Amino acid sequence: MNIQEYHAKALLAQYGVQVSKGAAVQSENEFDQALSQFPDDDNIVVKSQILAGGRGKGVFKNGFQGGVKLTRSKREAKEVASKMLGNTLVTPQTGPAGKKVRTLYFTQAENIAHEYYLAILMDREAAKPVIIASPEGGVDIEQVAVVSPEKITKIHVDPTQGLQPYQARQIAFGLGFSGSAFAGMLKCLECLYRLFWDKDASLVEINPLILTREGTVVALDAKMSFDDNAIFRHPEIAALRDLNEEDEKEVEASKHNLSYISLDGNIACLVNGAGLAMSTMDIIKYFGGEPANFLDVGGGADTEQVTAAFKIILSDPKVEGILVNIFGGIMKCDTIARGIIEAARSVDINVPLVVRLEGTHVELGQELLDRSGLRLVSADSLADAAEKIVNLVGEAPS
Amino acid sequence: MSVLVNKDTRLLVQGITGNFGGFHARLSLDYGTTVAAGVTPGKGGQLWQNQVPVFNTVTEAVENEGVNATAIFVPPAFAADSILEAIEAEIPLIVVITEGIPVRDMALVKVALAKSQCRLIGPNCPGVITPEQCRIGIMPGYIHKPGRVGVISRSGTLTYEAVWQLTVRGHGQSTCIGIGGDPINGTSHTEAVKLFNDDPDTDAIIMIGEIGGSAEEEAAAYIQANVTKPVAAFIAGTTAPPGRRMGHAGAIVSGGSGSAESKIAALRAAGIAVAETPSHIADALLRIYRP
Repeated sequence: MNIQEYHAKALLAQYGVQVSKGAAVQSENEFDQALSQFPDDDNIVVKSQILAGGRGKGVFKNGFQGGVKLTRSKREAKEVASKMLGNTLVTPQTGPAGKKVRTLYFTQAENIAHEYYLAILMDREAAKPVIIASPEGGVDIEQVAVVSPEKITKIHVDPTQGLQPYQARQIAFGLGFSGSAFAGMLKCLECLYRLFWDKDASLVEINPLILTREGTVVALDAKMSFDDNAIFRHPEIAALRDLNEEDEKEVEASKHNLSYISLDGNIACLVNGAGLAMSTMDIIKYFGGEPANFLDVGGGADTEQVTAAFKIILSDPKVEGILVNIFGGIMKCDTIARGIIEAARSVDINVPLVVRLEGTHVELGQELLDRSGLRLVSADSLADAAEKIVNLVGEAPS
Repeated sequence: MSVLVNKDTRLLVQGITGNFGGFHARLSLDYGTTVAAGVTPGKGGQLWQNQVPVFNTVTEAVENEGVNATAIFVPPAFAADSILEAIEAEIPLIVVITEGIPVRDMALVKVALAKSQCRLIGPNCPGVITPEQCRIGIMPGYIHKPGRVGVISRSGTLTYEAVWQLTVRGHGQSTCIGIGGDPINGTSHTEAVKLFNDDPDTDAIIMIGEIGGSAEEEAAAYIQANVTKPVAAFIAGTTAPPGRRMGHAGAIVSGGSGSAESKIAALRAAGIAVAETPSHIADALLRIYRP
């Protein structure tokens, strides 16, 4: 789960990492009050709050350039803000549809002496947190990794010991810190690691982390994501989930404990098991079709869940055909057949439907489907099913 | 023979009195597995289904019943604790079925595991089966058939798909290992390949991977350098959009790494037969392996 920058900054502040003074707003009539917190002669940065990178380089659909803007006065800040709020920002990471900006964050501009990159993430291969730091901040770290990998310091932390002072010193020296700023950097690292560990984060990234001309270490931006498996023990993090940023169908699916991801194609699929669901998308593509979604109904789906799954699939206007692929192991084929029949009673399945059942109670499941009078095409292997649905959708008048 | 489990395996089930654990303990018993003990704290002294003694602690189960493998069905919030208890009791094989264990908990488990002699399979996996000898986990037993192909996979139903393709073509399996779909797991593809490579009764290997991480690339390098047995593979997730978690916690393409394309390229470069579709996994193997 990802959170917005202004929430991430609040967490940083709570853990003792220094951030610029800031205020978030959701409507124009909050502008004045939010801006009253800044001294009159301050330069103010107006930042669009969306869960995608490249905001600074983004373009709004109303033609306004830049999702992050430095302004020289409160009046200018308000002007810029009113052009951003409620409009849709397109960045290299949002895709062409862009994202609607529902929240803006005003922050005090800083006097930057140097920009750094700092992140902590879980290294799945090493099974340990890893701290990544670079003296080149404000740029894409992957670019730095390619062009000048020697600038990047990577330190693995033993999870049972936590971050040790000597490791923090290694990083601070690696970044070229000295003098009083050195101590500030050590404190920043210590606080950031504590936040990462306490909150079950999977990534905390500060890019850029800056050294100000006044000698303080400040987080100028912040990106955080958290381990979905651990959200249950952090209700305060769960409360920061931004449903506006999520696909409506995905939110609906999660209410039914279905794992669903919306895609751009026109052939929907309903599958049991994540690996098989992914493979079903792949084989649709292999036969020349485009998958409309990933959908794993899990190992123990009941009729209610299967019905919900069909409703979600059919609420997508792009869908022109459905492929059901079930390998009955623990989930029996007759259960899924009953689910399909039940779903067809309450949802109008008005597109071609291909069903492939295999595994436990396959004969019974097939018989139930045959007797149901439903208009569907049966398939006897995954390849057969994929080929059939791709052909059926290809033939359909559009 | 087989790897990891056989007819001499004496299985402990942690969480045997829960619905999920109990259901699969029953299926394992029916399959012929020796389910020697169960553990549920507070229910020690009971006899589960009038058959299997239940203990309060794993150590008691080891001392009284000589168990040498454990299956963990404990809910995610408590699963790491159960794994650590099994490690402390020095159970040689720990199979974790539980899905949804926090990554941070697994990072701590890995430190304890590294200091032990135990092997961990999973978490978030279908388990391990040696056909007609021992079933640990949640897979449907009847789709398997004894034979000489070793199967390794990060996924559940996709493994059943591959196993079934083998079985209907008349080829049995030595052992099938579900290594699990989580970002941090106990046994990697490479370690599982090594087990099969060293097993005189495994003649060929199927390895099923998916997007996320670089475990398949590492296995490819190992296979190229060390394995002469025929290996076929399939990688799920060619069509997965970057940055999205595809059901499994570990199935994510991030920052340009972990993509299906890079894994397939690495496997092909290592001389491994990569199936074009999930429907052709057995066929991909049978083109290079003729028993």
